[in-house]
Amino acid sequence: MTAVEARPTARSTTGRSGHGLTVVAAVVTAATVLFVGITAVRLVQAAPRSGGWHWVLLAVAVLGALAALLLVLPVLSAVRYGRLARAAEAREDPVAVRRDRFRGRNAARLAIGLCVATVIATFFVVFLLANDHAVQSTFFAPDMVARSWWDVTKAFGKNVFIAVVAEVIVLAWGLLVALARLAPGPGGRPIAWLATVYIDAFRAVPAIIVIYLVGFGLPLAGVPVLSSMSPTWAAIFALVLTYGAYVAEVYRAGIESIHPSQMAAARSLGLSYPSTMRFVIVPQAVRRVIPPLLNDFIGLQKDTALVTVIGTVEAFTQAKTYASNFFNLSSVTVVAALFVLITIPQTRFVDGLLAREQRRLQAR
Amino acid sequence: MSPISFLEIEGLRKSYGANEVLRGIDLSVEQHQVVCLIGASGCGKSTLLRCVNALETIDEGQIRLDGDVVSGEGTDVDRLRRDVGIVFQAFNLFPHMRVLDNITLGPRRIHRHSRAAAEAQALELLERVGLAAKAGAYPDQLSGGQQQRVAIVRALAMNPRVLLLDEITSALDPELVAEVLGIVRDLAAEGMTMLLATHEMSFAREVAHTVCFLHEGVILEQGPPERIFGAPTEPRTQAFLHRIVEAGRL
Repeated sequence: MTAVEARPTARSTTGRSGHGLTVVAAVVTAATVLFVGITAVRLVQAAPRSGGWHWVLLAVAVLGALAALLLVLPVLSAVRYGRLARAAEAREDPVAVRRDRFRGRNAARLAIGLCVATVIATFFVVFLLANDHAVQSTFFAPDMVARSWWDVTKAFGKNVFIAVVAEVIVLAWGLLVALARLAPGPGGRPIAWLATVYIDAFRAVPAIIVIYLVGFGLPLAGVPVLSSMSPTWAAIFALVLTYGAYVAEVYRAGIESIHPSQMAAARSLGLSYPSTMRFVIVPQAVRRVIPPLLNDFIGLQKDTALVTVIGTVEAFTQAKTYASNFFNLSSVTVVAALFVLITIPQTRFVDGLLAREQRRLQAR
Repeated sequence: MSPISFLEIEGLRKSYGANEVLRGIDLSVEQHQVVCLIGASGCGKSTLLRCVNALETIDEGQIRLDGDVVSGEGTDVDRLRRDVGIVFQAFNLFPHMRVLDNITLGPRRIHRHSRAAAEAQALELLERVGLAAKAGAYPDQLSGGQQQRVAIVRALAMNPRVLLLDEITSALDPELVAEVLGIVRDLAAEGMTMLLATHEMSFAREVAHTVCFLHEGVILEQGPPERIFGAPTEPRTQAFLHRIVEAGRL
C-alpha cells in the first residue's frame, strides 16, 4: 500500500477571482477623483476674491480633493489581495486563495460604495454652484446668516416654549381621552363614542387648519376666556387639540397591548376597574408607549412652525421677515438648521429606546 | 346533597358562542376541604374556576358561597373576589411592581391596610414560602416556581375563604413543580378550602378529599381519590386514567 499525500482542498467554491470587480472599482474611482477635482477647482473659482469666506471655500476645496485621493486606498488593497491570491494559487493553497479572493472582492466593493456616496455628495456641491453659485447665495449667504441668526434663535425660544407647554398638557389630555375611549359599561359607552368622534375629527383635520381656526376664529367669536388668549396660547391650545387625538391613540394602543391576564389578575384580587387601570394597566402601558409618544412629540415640535399663520412671532415668522426684507432665504435655512439641531438627538434617543425594547423582548 | 355546603355550584352552564363549555355542573365544596378537578385539556376545568370568582359570567345555574347567592346580574363581584382568591397557570404577576408591592396592592387598596401593616403581613407570608429574601425583586428576576409561590402569597394576603388554583404547575419546568405543590400541601394541612384544576394526578390523589372527573363540560364521576384512581366506574374515566398511566404521570 502506498501512502497518499494528504492535500487540503477547498472544494466548497474557491470563489470568483474578482479581477473584473477590481477593474470596475479602479475605473469608478478614477472617474470619481476626477469629478471631485473639477468641482474643487470650480469651487475655488466661484469663491469671492477676498474675505474669510474665500479662505473657507479654499479650505473646503483642498480638503475635499485630498479626501477624494483617499478613495484610491481600497482599490490598491483590492489589487494587493488579487496578487496574494495568485501567489497562493502558485503555492497550491486553495484555502488561502479563497480567503484572499474574498478579501479582494470586499475591498473592491468598498471602493465602489465609497465612490457612489462621494459622487452624490459632490453633486450637491455642484448644485450649490449652479447658475454662478446663485443657489449657494440664496440659501447659504454667510452675511445673511450672520445678520439674522441671533434674532431667529431668540424667536426659536418661542417654538420651544409652545412645544414644551403643549407636550406637558398633551401628556395628560391624551391619557384622559384614551381612558374615555375605553370607558366600560353602559355609562361608558356614550363617553367612549364621544371620545372616538373627537379623535377621528382631529386626526383628520390638518394641524395648520386647526391653528388657523383657533387663532383667528375664537377671537372673532368673542367667547369669554378663550377669545382673550394670546396668539401663543391659541397656538398651544390648537396643537393640544390636534396632538391630543394622536397621543390618545398611542395610549390606547399601549393599554390594549397589556395582556388581558393582567386585568384578570388585578380584578380577581377584588380591585375595581378604575383601580386596576390606575395601579396595574396604565403604569405598564405608559412604559410601553414612551418611544411612539416621543415620535409624536417630535412631530409636534416641528408643527410649532405652523403657528406662523396666526402671526405668533416665532422663529419662522422672524426668518420670513428677514427673507422678504433682503430677498434672501438664508435666515429660513437657519430655522431649518435649528430644527435639525434639536430633533436629531431626540430621534437618536427614541431609536435607542426602541432598540433596547427590541433586545429586551428577544431576551425573553 | 348534604343540607348546605360552603361552596355550592348548581346546574352551571356556560357557552362561548355556539360552543357550550360547561353543560350543567353540580358541585359542592365543604369548608376545609380540597376538591380536585381532573380531565383532559379543554374539558372546562379552567372555565369552571373562572366562573366561581366571576371572571366569566355564567349563562344558567347558580353559585352559592356560605349560603349567599354570588352569581347573576348585580352581584358585587369585587366583594365576592375578596373571599375567593385565584392563582393562575401563568402566574400573572404585575411585572412593573416588586414582589412586595405585588402582594400588598390588594390589602392596601381594598382592605385599606397601612403600608407598614400590609408589608409586615406580606413578609410573614413570604417567609413561610421561603422567599422573604426576594421581597425587593421584580417578577422577571424570579424563576417560574418562585413566581408562582409569590402569586399564591398574593392571593393569600387577601385572606380568602376559598382558594381556586388553576393548573398552577402546568407552566413550570418539572424540577420546580415540587416547591409549589409543597405550599399547596401545607395550605391543605392548615385547612384552607381549595378547589383546584390539576394535571398532577399523584398530587391530587394525595391531598384531595374529593376528585371530580370532568369530561366535555360535565362532571362524569366524583368521589374520594382512592375510589376515582383505584376503581373508577365510568369507562371514560378509566380511559383517561389509562392514558395518564401510559404517559408515566401516575
